[in-house]
Amino acid sequence: MISFDVNGKIYNIDVSPDVPLLWVIRDYLGLSGTKFGCGMAQCGACTVHIDGKARRSCRTPVKDAAGKKITTIEGIPDDHPVKQAWIADDVPQCGYCQPGQIMEAIALLKETPNPTDEDIDTVMSGNLCRCGTYQRIRRSIHRASKMLAEGGKL
Amino acid sequence: MNWIINISRRDFLKTGALIGGGLMLGVFPRYDEASGEAAATTFAPNAFIRIGTDDTVTIIVNKSEMGQGVYTSLPMVVAEELEADWSKIRIEPAPVDPVYNHTIWGLQGTGGSTSTWTTWDQLRKAGAAARVMLIQAAAEIWGVDPLTCKAENGFVIHPETKRQLSYGKLTEKAAQMSVPQDVLLKKPEEYKLIGKPAKRLDTPSKVMGKAVFGIDVKVPDMLTAVVARCPVFGGKLKSFSDKKAKAVAGVKSVVQIPTGVAVVADNFWSAKLGRDVLETVWDEGPLPGFNTKKQRSDYAALAKKPGAAARKEGDAEAALTKAKKQISAEYEVPYLAHAPMEPLNAVIDFREDGCDIWTGTQFQTVDRNSAAEVLGLKPEQVKLHTTFLGGGFGRRANPHSDFVTEAAHVAKTVKEPVRVMWTREDDIMGGYYRPMWYDRIAAGLDENGNLTAWKHTIVGQSIIAGTAFEKMLVKEGVDETSVEGAKDIPYDIPNILVDLHSPKYPITVQWWRSVGHSHTAFVVETFIDEVARTAGKDPYEFRRSLLSKDPRRKVLLELVAQKAGWGSPLPKGRGRGIAVHKSFGSYVAQVAEVSVNKDGEVRVHKVVCAVDCGRTVNPDTIEAQMESGIVFGLSAALFGEITFKKGRVEQNNFHNYKLVRMKHMPVVEVHIMPSEEKSGGVGEPGVPPIAPAVANAIFSVTGRRIRRLPIRAEDVRSV
Repeated sequence: MISFDVNGKIYNIDVSPDVPLLWVIRDYLGLSGTKFGCGMAQCGACTVHIDGKARRSCRTPVKDAAGKKITTIEGIPDDHPVKQAWIADDVPQCGYCQPGQIMEAIALLKETPNPTDEDIDTVMSGNLCRCGTYQRIRRSIHRASKMLAEGGKL
Repeated sequence: MNWIINISRRDFLKTGALIGGGLMLGVFPRYDEASGEAAATTFAPNAFIRIGTDDTVTIIVNKSEMGQGVYTSLPMVVAEELEADWSKIRIEPAPVDPVYNHTIWGLQGTGGSTSTWTTWDQLRKAGAAARVMLIQAAAEIWGVDPLTCKAENGFVIHPETKRQLSYGKLTEKAAQMSVPQDVLLKKPEEYKLIGKPAKRLDTPSKVMGKAVFGIDVKVPDMLTAVVARCPVFGGKLKSFSDKKAKAVAGVKSVVQIPTGVAVVADNFWSAKLGRDVLETVWDEGPLPGFNTKKQRSDYAALAKKPGAAARKEGDAEAALTKAKKQISAEYEVPYLAHAPMEPLNAVIDFREDGCDIWTGTQFQTVDRNSAAEVLGLKPEQVKLHTTFLGGGFGRRANPHSDFVTEAAHVAKTVKEPVRVMWTREDDIMGGYYRPMWYDRIAAGLDENGNLTAWKHTIVGQSIIAGTAFEKMLVKEGVDETSVEGAKDIPYDIPNILVDLHSPKYPITVQWWRSVGHSHTAFVVETFIDEVARTAGKDPYEFRRSLLSKDPRRKVLLELVAQKAGWGSPLPKGRGRGIAVHKSFGSYVAQVAEVSVNKDGEVRVHKVVCAVDCGRTVNPDTIEAQMESGIVFGLSAALFGEITFKKGRVEQNNFHNYKLVRMKHMPVVEVHIMPSEEKSGGVGEPGVPPIAPAVANAIFSVTGRRIRRLPIRAEDVRSV
């Protein structure tokens, strides 16, 4: 039995310990906002937070999540500054990679509340967007940073 | 352990949704159930509009939303004529029905950057007809002349008596009005929505993680399958042993289908683990020794022979012989995978009397009919539900319906609802690539540096041969999509020959965002640059001087040069390159600003892009599509390459099929040319000019001509 917290809810599951967390989240918890893109931590579509840090759930065996606090895109409030910034800038195109981008951006802003373009390049380069929304993602991270400085909460 | 995962009973009770035999969360409604209740209480004047008594206006969109913004731009066109309240607009994907066919193709589908301009009249008329009926209904209720009423923001208003009724209150009466045959459409100067930036209607659901892509669809008791396919194109299954695969917990069955062996399990991970240990023996067919190097030399040899003429004006051969100066070059570009972020997938629920399919597709009619054929059903017994597409780029418009047909074969065998999933490896190695191309090109200059001859021979597989589109698109041995962008070279040249060889290989090929233009623009726009430099002329001025027959292109070129500060000084080590190209009815010109480091790594700092796509609907979408096209084209220019060794694809995931990432992203500046010309497309035209613009910029920094893609460090290092 592996026990962990997903978006504030405790789950106890009888599970083979090597199953990637991604597939537990998608196929068994039924949370489909976290996406499958590559299965080898190359694209970031599966990014979730484990104890507040951005992690690739496709390469995280579920046993590594035991006893931890996991947050998925569904666990981020709708009025979160990053989600709101993304809406303000109309970032998504196909939208498939965006939950992963948003989870990575939130983690970035936690560490670096006022990131430079170089900070953004360093942290966000692990998240692919085939539609090429990078310029808007960059703009939106700066916008969210400003919203945070003005009192928005992460 | 039968199950890899068992949710504890306590969790089951807490969520109230998880059950032993399958997963009930996120169950996607069938079309009938989703829209059935609405019928009685709505005004549905035509196939595209449904107005509810709650004032909600549902626009049924017959184009697939794959990022290009059609779920916003097409509703804008309807809402404009309908005089709808934009905040009341809702979207519903169209079912498969002839009424939703592409107005030119005669089947339901999305592609070729055609969505906006091919629905322009159809959707405006649909909106206007509904508006006329609503006005008529209100006028009858009030007993006034309809001509004294007007529609505005979701209301019909009678200004004289200051009366108004919302559309929702008029639904019952409006439904009794006859549908007008002729309607007066608004004048462009009356537009409130069209031509002004609008927020995308699908953004909030995508940001919240709630948008449903094909991969997110779940139906009760659904199984998941992954398929083992022959690693060599043209090969087939000899034999297999399912013993080890069946021993994997969660695997239900292992079945043979025409494309290989499907491992069916109650969840994806079990199916994948089952396939990992599945034992297969393949007959590798005609290509076990196939490799890219050999193919390239075969193509190079072909390029020296005359091909099927696509354009012949004057006598290019004679003019080349006579020329004072001859310039020639050979170009090559590789096979490319589309690699949409959402791997291919389809869910099929096949029953005796019918079938539901949920998938993100660009090709509804073809997919539905292909599945019906496999399943032994009539097409109308198959209901296809279009979900959001996690990228398409042409891959999800497969003329053979490859991923849907395969899923139908699995569904037919397992007789339970099943989702067939592709992994990223399946996607990168699975074919239907942009073809590899080899070009041989020569130009002649007279003693005054005038361009007198142009001879361009193209070698590459036809994407159209063997498909239902062959009659339409292959003329006298020339696949139009192979020569587009080369055949229509716009420059004033008295002697032109463009010819084509279309060798056949079992490697499957398909349209890839911007199709033939994805390679012809690179060849034509880098070679014209080279010709200009050889003639001792500025590449921008040289192009400009040769555009007497294409003033629209000339003006756009001038705009991009002006916006990019063409000719103004740059920091040391940086250079500019320019390119202009017309595709899908739109013109795009780009100036790239580039530097190259000592290791030969290329950095694109900035791209200034000018677009003339005629009349605009949503300028914000146009800007986004230009950015998108530039990134897509840049990924191909800098990294993209599918190669073969011993018949096998050498790339398999994003570590060796690289794409542009945030750290490579240039600053992109988009300028939209104001225009009242007929609309062109915007989904693809941003792609073609970026490779030549970057290559030409590299020349201005290093003096090296880039003649093959992706750009390699050894081709770039300064000499």
